Amino acid sequence: MGDPALRPAEWDFVAARRRLEAKPKSAGEKLTSIDDAAARVTEGDRVAVGGCLFSRTPLALVREILRARRRGLTLVRNLMCTEGELMMAAGAVERVMTAWMSIGLPWGVSKVMRHYVESGAVALEEWSHLALGLRFRAAAMGVPFLPALTMLGSDLVAVGGMKTVADPYSGETLAAVPALFPDVALLHVHRADRFGNSQIDGYPHMDADIARAAATVLVTTEELVTDDETRRHPDRTVIPGFLVDALVHVPFGSFPHECYGLYHADFDHFAEYTASIDARGPEAAVGEYLARYVYGPPTWDDYLELFGGERLARQRAAARELTA
Amino acid sequence: MTVTASELLAVQGSRQLRDDTTVFAGVGVPLLAAALAQQRHAPKLTMVIEGGIIGPRIKPGRLPISTNEMRAAYRAQMLPGITDTFLFAQRGFLDYGFMGGAQIDQHGNVNTSVLGPDYWKPKVRLPGTGGANDIASLCKEVIILTAHEKRRFVARVDFVTSPAWLDGGDSRRRAGLPFGGVSRVVTTLGVFGFDPETRRMRLDALHPGVTREQVREQTGFPLLEAPEISVTEPPTADELAMLRALDPERRFLG
Repeated sequence: MGDPALRPAEWDFVAARRRLEAKPKSAGEKLTSIDDAAARVTEGDRVAVGGCLFSRTPLALVREILRARRRGLTLVRNLMCTEGELMMAAGAVERVMTAWMSIGLPWGVSKVMRHYVESGAVALEEWSHLALGLRFRAAAMGVPFLPALTMLGSDLVAVGGMKTVADPYSGETLAAVPALFPDVALLHVHRADRFGNSQIDGYPHMDADIARAAATVLVTTEELVTDDETRRHPDRTVIPGFLVDALVHVPFGSFPHECYGLYHADFDHFAEYTASIDARGPEAAVGEYLARYVYGPPTWDDYLELFGGERLARQRAAARELTA
Repeated sequence: MTVTASELLAVQGSRQLRDDTTVFAGVGVPLLAAALAQQRHAPKLTMVIEGGIIGPRIKPGRLPISTNEMRAAYRAQMLPGITDTFLFAQRGFLDYGFMGGAQIDQHGNVNTSVLGPDYWKPKVRLPGTGGANDIASLCKEVIILTAHEKRRFVARVDFVTSPAWLDGGDSRRRAGLPFGGVSRVVTTLGVFGFDPETRRMRLDALHPGVTREQVREQTGFPLLEAPEISVTEPPTADELAMLRALDPERRFLG
């Protein structure tokens, strides 16, 4: 799918549908390795990332895509956090589409974002939070746009080139929020069976819409469950297996970001990371971070060892306390 | 202990919220304002948080730092997903929305995107709208809580991230926003509204000890003045005690 001719416009619902019709929608085995999953992301892809900010971020997949040294990606995520910063500093992205980017209030405005966006190295295309959600939903519905009452009158309209539409019934002006069909979706879920049927606990974010919107769906899961388990709680399944192209079993696959009920985000780690950026500047500090956490450790288990079992246990206990 | 700027904003913000209503609250001072209102005078207020959270309980000392993290979802009544959460507002279920911003102009428009004249070559790239544009577009009433500084209060924002009254008059309506708009701007110096015709910002009330001159000095555009400018009630000991109990580590209260 690296051929630009095969990558239709963001809102081209006819091309997006043909692409899906041409794709096998198998109920078979999806379980594979992380590098095999990441290999399905190709140069120049439009990549949608599930979760939100530092919640349920598919960091193991992001890390593997960086290890595969992909370039020219467009990264789409409603609220962007450290995964976007790593992508920027690694030179993997030329454009990001988001409503907000930084880690969170205590750590201030992202210096990494400022550095790469203000210098012109990365374009930041801003959409409102709901508009991005509706872009995924329109694509999930297979339609070219959804009418909405948001973003109208603001300068965001011109940034993303959103058009308006007249309500054929009342004549009112509405936003025509365009569909966004990603080439690839990266998602992290609480549990899945080996056929890719996936269940999420806690806040659902936009993952279910993203899975339906994308041409290729890559999933990592905290827990691998049996077919029987899925069938015992089918009401909990939010992504059916036939949507999923590759599934990888990755416990702590969002760490140091959080996974609802399983582990709390590691704020100490964010503080160390941003202190290093404050001290040495975005390029040097994130460069060192990439060497230590991304390019260095060969496997996700090796990566987790850098944090240590004690820290993981502490973050697990904090999550249990909040959702008990 | 003297009252900090954040405490003043949280208390004054909380007083804007009536009982039997719903509020879209962001993390930090807005969430504290909503939690205080809920404890003090609005027990039937429902808080809605952008990360897809309805009716959470705020655990004292465990205030969330993001709108989508476990602390924000603590003992919530529903976790509907982000898009559907905003669609509650589009349908008209959200009475209030709280907002802040790097720049605010005489018509209440807010900029949280870029400083400088060219969006694609920003002098300063800010984090972005998040849900602020949606809150400003879709809630029945928007209340801005902000420090009052000349660099923030500009005649025209560099970039309209979140629309209030746009160019004034009926320009909001003409842009396709038949509902909502900023009703109040609560700052560290006073409380402001908007003239119903021109939709220009108007000084309605001063906090105790603040003068009109001080407000003018810290505002980068001519302000209208209400025929009678009142003085706000200072935060009571009761309000401050409740507020401080919510944030004992003073992570947001300063």
